[in-house]
Amino acid sequence: MKALRGYLLTGPAFALFAGLLILPLGLTLVLSFNVFDYNTGVDADAYTLDHYAEVFGDSYFYEVFFRTLWISALTTLLCVLIGVPEAYILSRMKAPWRSVFLILILTPLLISVVVRAFGWSLLLGADGLVNQAIQALGGNPVKLLYTPFAVVIALVHVMLPFMVIPVWTSLQRLDPLAEQAALSLGASQATVMRKVVLPQILPGVLSGSLIVFGLAASSFAIPGLLGGRRLKMVATLIYDQYLAELNWPLGATVAVLLLVLNLVVMLTWNRIIERRYKKALG
Amino acid sequence: MAFLSLEGLTKRYADVAAVADTNLTIEKGEFVSLLGPSGCGKTTTLQMIAGFVDVTEGRIVLDGRDVTHAKPSSRGLGVVFQSYALFPHMTVADNVAFGLLMRKVAKSERDERVRKALSLVRLDAHAERYPRELSGGQRQRVALARALVITPPVLLLDEPLSNLDANLREEMQYEIRRIQREVGITTLMVTHDQSEALSISDRVVVMEAGRITQIDAPYRLYEHPRTRFISDFVGKANLVGGRAGSAGQQEVCKVGEGDFQLSLRPEKIRLTEVGQGLLDGEIRTRFFLGSQWLYRVETPLGELTVVRPNEGSLPLEDGTRVGLVWSTELLRPLEEDVRA
Ligand SMILES: Nc1ncnc2c1ncn2[C@@H]1O[C@H](COP(=O)(O)OP(=O)(O)OP(=O)(O)O)[C@@H](O)[C@H]1O
Ligand SMILES: [Mg+2]
Repeated sequence: MKALRGYLLTGPAFALFAGLLILPLGLTLVLSFNVFDYNTGVDADAYTLDHYAEVFGDSYFYEVFFRTLWISALTTLLCVLIGVPEAYILSRMKAPWRSVFLILILTPLLISVVVRAFGWSLLLGADGLVNQAIQALGGNPVKLLYTPFAVVIALVHVMLPFMVIPVWTSLQRLDPLAEQAALSLGASQATVMRKVVLPQILPGVLSGSLIVFGLAASSFAIPGLLGGRRLKMVATLIYDQYLAELNWPLGATVAVLLLVLNLVVMLTWNRIIERRYKKALG
Repeated sequence: MAFLSLEGLTKRYADVAAVADTNLTIEKGEFVSLLGPSGCGKTTTLQMIAGFVDVTEGRIVLDGRDVTHAKPSSRGLGVVFQSYALFPHMTVADNVAFGLLMRKVAKSERDERVRKALSLVRLDAHAERYPRELSGGQRQRVALARALVITPPVLLLDEPLSNLDANLREEMQYEIRRIQREVGITTLMVTHDQSEALSISDRVVVMEAGRITQIDAPYRLYEHPRTRFISDFVGKANLVGGRAGSAGQQEVCKVGEGDFQLSLRPEKIRLTEVGQGLLDGEIRTRFFLGSQWLYRVETPLGELTVVRPNEGSLPLEDGTRVGLVWSTELLRPLEEDVRA
């Protein structure tokens, strides 16, 4: 009786979850197996593995998937390298400044990604501010826009808060006296960071990097606006399949594969870290 | 030659002096307690010695070397923090080994010294546990082992027992004293618990509002408190006034009426029949303390506290009239309080 009531109480949340997540995902999965014909469109009653065969057989898809993977991985790495020290400095700041800087770090979240991507394209374009500066200093203009460089730099900018926040949260739980203890035992400041601080904030770094990787790998607006027509990432590829080619089943197939790839990478990453630090992190 | 000496040590935060002009010398192997109320600057003093707080003025000399501005890591002192500050991601053995690792001690020697340190604090069986798997007292002992294993010249303890319950605290006081004697290490312990300071130290340093007001062996400190504050802070005290009497004798009176103040410890007062003591009074309330009875007695001198041992017979009832008697040489004259 009691158990039943418990299930009933979770009902609304479950309905929301099912309606907004499980159902669309299920439909996408089904769609990826539907037969497609350029003249007649999607045939909802016929099933085929052709789309999967097409993706696995075409090196173009491999190229896009590989690019997505390394861009996301590089973005994650850069976010760790910038975000962890940033969060550490933030956590050591004194009262008024800490909140001021925390808000500064979070405000970009309030501005649409599209707007920020346009901002970057203004900066990095052929006559953008950066190239103007280079020319003013007597250099030759460099192609920045529509390169992986532009995509990565904009992704890092957008994703940084998602790294800073979880790391900052785990830094809050740190005992600053443990650092003093390490210093008194003869450790240098660098050793304190490496042996005392980092291992303890690893769970925060782990969740931050999972969020950043997941969001980067499925990011759409930034590669769409800063990668241009030629530098495709998986999400922009899916968009093309749906809206340019109108080949919905193929788009669905790529989407399903992106989901699977994302899950595999994230679970493996999680597993590796957990195995190494499981006992210590409890 | 003093082993550790503080010379005119001062720490100012903006305009406020957290510690002002502190002079203290500690001999090798001595156990000294720094006792004082909350916020009087005990931690600040300890942290200056450890090197975590910059010294505004004055000098710290350790074994003939001026370490006033040395880095914490180069002082090599053993520090035990109030919150233990163990490394939560390391096992007990790794926690203890940390200082040796920093000193690049070879593995075989390291293992041996960690084992010895853990057996000193009686934690041999828990070497592979993580701090969160230990009780408060066990964590405290890990912190102690971690500080001792590097054989520091001085051990600094900041309220090491304040997180423990009363029974465990007493047990650990004994443990700390045992280990300190066994190792013979010079120790400075901060505490705000007067009974802790009295029971385990060779000397007690009383601090008030950033200044040292008395340094004495525990028994002398208790028997001869210098100021009114100290007489109240260290043990309980009755405060009475005193003035020069007719025959050159000292006379007692109410606190405000005398020329100076006197302190009288509650256990120094005995109770007798009405009219047979130095003065009469009436028992207001009594409190049972287990080994003792504490009476609050209304007298012409004001309310006095009297502590009598529990000798197995029933105590006096509230409202009983009694005589109070004490030997006059036990009245201790007090100086005016120092106010910052
Ligand atoms: N970083 C700081 N900035 C300003 N004032 C400080 C700072 N640290 C300590 N103080 C002040 O210095 C005084 C002494 O502090 P300290 O921590 O030494 O006290 P304490 O004797 O250890 O007290 P407790 O028994 O409560 O631990 C306090 O009045 C405190 O407010
Ligand atoms: Mg303190």
